[in-house]
Amino acid sequence: MSDKKPLSSVNDFVVRFANVNGSGSASANEMFARAILRHGVPVSPRNIFPSNIQGLPTWYEVRVTEDGHLGARGGVDMMVAMNPQTWDKDVAGIEPGGYLFYDSTKPMPSTKFRDDITVIGVPLTAITNSTYTDPRQRQLFKNIIYLGALSALLDMDPKVIEQLIGEQYKGKEKLLSSNVHALHLGRDWALQNLKCPIGLRVKKSDKVGDRIFIEGNSAAALGAVYGGATVCAWYPITPSSSVAEAFTAHCKKYRHDPETGKAKYAIVQGEDELASIGIVIGASWNGARAFTATSGPGISLMTEFIGLSYFAEIPAVIMNIQRAGPSTGMPTRTQQCDIIACAYASHGDTKHVLLFPEDPAEAFEFAAAAFDLAERLQTTIFLMLDLDIGMNHRLCRPLKWDDARQYDRGKVMTTEMLEEGRDFGRYLDVDGDGIPYRTYPGTHPTKGSYFTRGTSRDRYARYSEEGSVYADNMQRLVRKFETAQDLVPRPLQANAERPTKYGVIYFGSTSPAMDEAIGLLEARGHQLDRLRIRAFPFHSSVASFLAEHDFVYVVEQNRDSQLRQLIVNENGIDPVRLVPIVHYDGTPITARFIAKAIGDHQDHLKVTPLRKAVS
Amino acid sequence: MTYIAKPKFHHPGLKKNALGYTHRDYEGKISTLCAGCGHDSITASIIEACYGLSIEPHRVAKISGIGCSSKTPDYFLGNSHGFNSVHGRMPSVLTGANLANRDLIYLGVSGDGDSASIGFGQFAHSIRRGVNMTYIVENNGVYGLTKGQFSATADRGSKSKKGVTNTDNAIDLVAIALQLGATFVARSFSGDKTQLVPLIAAAIRHKGASFIDVISPCIAFNNHAGSTKSFDYVREHNDAVNRLDVLVGRDPIAVDYAPGTVQVVEQHDGSKIALRKIDADYDPHDRLGAQTFLARHAAKGQIVTGLLYVDPEADDLHEHLNTVETPLNALEADTLCPGSAVLDKINASLR
Ligand SMILES: Cc1ncc(C[n+]2csc(CCOP(=O)(O)OP(=O)(O)O)c2C)c(N)n1
Ligand code: SF4
Repeated sequence: MSDKKPLSSVNDFVVRFANVNGSGSASANEMFARAILRHGVPVSPRNIFPSNIQGLPTWYEVRVTEDGHLGARGGVDMMVAMNPQTWDKDVAGIEPGGYLFYDSTKPMPSTKFRDDITVIGVPLTAITNSTYTDPRQRQLFKNIIYLGALSALLDMDPKVIEQLIGEQYKGKEKLLSSNVHALHLGRDWALQNLKCPIGLRVKKSDKVGDRIFIEGNSAAALGAVYGGATVCAWYPITPSSSVAEAFTAHCKKYRHDPETGKAKYAIVQGEDELASIGIVIGASWNGARAFTATSGPGISLMTEFIGLSYFAEIPAVIMNIQRAGPSTGMPTRTQQCDIIACAYASHGDTKHVLLFPEDPAEAFEFAAAAFDLAERLQTTIFLMLDLDIGMNHRLCRPLKWDDARQYDRGKVMTTEMLEEGRDFGRYLDVDGDGIPYRTYPGTHPTKGSYFTRGTSRDRYARYSEEGSVYADNMQRLVRKFETAQDLVPRPLQANAERPTKYGVIYFGSTSPAMDEAIGLLEARGHQLDRLRIRAFPFHSSVASFLAEHDFVYVVEQNRDSQLRQLIVNENGIDPVRLVPIVHYDGTPITARFIAKAIGDHQDHLKVTPLRKAVS
Repeated sequence: MTYIAKPKFHHPGLKKNALGYTHRDYEGKISTLCAGCGHDSITASIIEACYGLSIEPHRVAKISGIGCSSKTPDYFLGNSHGFNSVHGRMPSVLTGANLANRDLIYLGVSGDGDSASIGFGQFAHSIRRGVNMTYIVENNGVYGLTKGQFSATADRGSKSKKGVTNTDNAIDLVAIALQLGATFVARSFSGDKTQLVPLIAAAIRHKGASFIDVISPCIAFNNHAGSTKSFDYVREHNDAVNRLDVLVGRDPIAVDYAPGTVQVVEQHDGSKIALRKIDADYDPHDRLGAQTFLARHAAKGQIVTGLLYVDPEADDLHEHLNTVETPLNALEADTLCPGSAVLDKINASLR
């Protein structure tokens, strides 16, 4: 009995699956998301998993979003509550008017439900047990059975799911037919015993277009393949391990010499992050494109080497898939919290290039570009992803590659150039851009060899502790960083419909939530210009944007507003004009959160909403 | 402080090796280490070995960590690239460099502080991976550069210059290298060039992880009575199992050894190691035997030197990873990038 009208919506709702880790639900849940996608309706799924392997809770959330809002929305319209342990919290999380789907084999006391939601019971265990005897089969098919029941409740086309099952079990006829059978068991039971469909429905649409559905880590790894990385050294850490695992898988497919079967790559699982970055630096010093993937704790260990890369000017690419820190923090929860740690990693005066992709498509592009940048600038390049885009599937534009593209190997003096008698000084600023020439080991019998060291040296790489020589080198490194400004991806600006004194800066995985929040804020009458930062060092347009607005909100997913700190630090701007909007509980930031935080601040500033002013 | 470069003048009468290089072509900058430091003798032995092997100096990449010992790559092979990386991390940098270009010769130089303490893990893992390299530890039992603290290879009961007794057990890097599967393991003494030079030469010709622990007394902090890494102590307690010669190409095998006491080991690349056996029972192909032999002699306070173990059929990390023959650093976009057509297919599979 419900005292609230059941929610009703077509192609715009959130379903959350509460499961027990290890129950084999992941593939059924993912199939649910994909099936909606195949209906032509965009989805944005998220894994929400605690740091454990077996037995504990795990959630999978699917945002069905005809409008294509790919950020987290917040709130749950339908809870598929398959985990008794989290039942109370799961039930409490349902939006008023929402739906609770549960296994009704064992009766539940009425106190376990809520009056303002619709409860849908399906005797999943009973159906499963009457059909299957094998315990593992019972466990796995129960998931397919609820998928079938949901398809009926949400008015989904069963053929679409059958096709997906067909693709998954191609060539395994027995598994294929038994899965289709289980799907229909659930579907038929629902159709016969429940009122189908409910208020939430999936209707065929054409809003997906040619977009692809891929995880950020996999896309970044593919970017490394396309970008010509040949050496990967890594150490397992959530949420970055799947980068190296995907790189391995991609390389196995695309990087074996067809004639000899030999590998055009080398992947080493290091004994730790120190070794991983050491291998990257050794390989890059010797002219190969090399990278490592890690997360915050790994970055901490790598910092001495990162300083070496900066000072000795050796290319390196580090993909940092950020998680909630510090220390072990929440290893399976997302944040954008290593901005400062990476921008100034290591002791002494250092500055590093950071790239902030917003989605898998940019993760692919920026990963490939990172290798060009690393070699051009001869320094460490950080690709800053986070768990939210790294480990979740996202809908994004198709990946693109220009076959005419050559790798930018940077300033490398070749045997011929040395033979011509070109002056080689390893740390000479020949072109005034702060970037010196390097040679690869083994280039020439008598010319161009030099000694690489972390200790101070002069322009010809000769050890020197002369103060002026050291300062000269440090100044050149500043010049090099200025050069980097024009080489890294520029910020993207989008202006409000009407002129406004207010702006918002954001970056990376916050992007889809921000795009949606703009709409919500406009509805509240607030106009904001937007600037999405895509790299550090900041392009001069960041300073212009700051100058053009009275207040600029900086939206980010960490406690201390680290990007804001960096902007203040690098632009010498009055911090009061940069308003931090921070979200850092480990869940992805939502449009609702951003709109409320900015809207409330605007109200506090007594900004007259334009709509009111007009009326 | 700036290094003094050696004058480039070559005496026209200097002896040349098979490639026409003189001894001077294998030298580097003038050493800034203390006069009499064992490390300088090792430098001289490396120069001698490379000259003797007629290696092209620029085909060597010399990589080190941090410490007096790690400074030494600047003092030999002035025409090759050197890399003085960070403390204890030479092995990973060398591993990476080796992965990038399998065609160069990799010489890793480290100290006992560098390898047995901060870099113990990296030492172990580079050995177990079978990186094709010659890994030399210049072992003086102390931290030279930071002025005389005990290192992890200092023997229990040995005394520091200030009279402090070491109460910790020592790490024997040779024993560990054997245990971890190094395919060429030797120990020598910086004061014994006759033994050390051919050992370095053989290690360079060896394909796989070669490890040489060279006891190298620190004149400044560890050459006093009570030290077990002093010149006098090592001379008195040295027990050599063999002496060797390395024969490259078609060199005839020397015949001036008594029959039965010479054993010839042929390596992958065709080079031959002629072992003059001092300990007639010693078999350098028996890893387990080498381990017990070492332990037995250590218990008697003896320092066993010589070629302790060699596997002439060894392979290396590149073989384990099945990498292409072309150095990875020479591959370009046309062979590395799968191209847009493949990407279109990938895109299609992701819908
Ligand atoms: C991370 C770090 N910790 C400490 C040091 C200081 N340090 C420099 S050299 C050295 C020890 C060198 O000892 P060893 O490797 O035995 O070489 P030796 O000087 O005896 O040849 C230490 C501790 C450093 N450079 N880096
Ligand atoms: S301090 Fe010791 S190890 Fe360092 S140079 Fe002097 S003698 Fe050699």
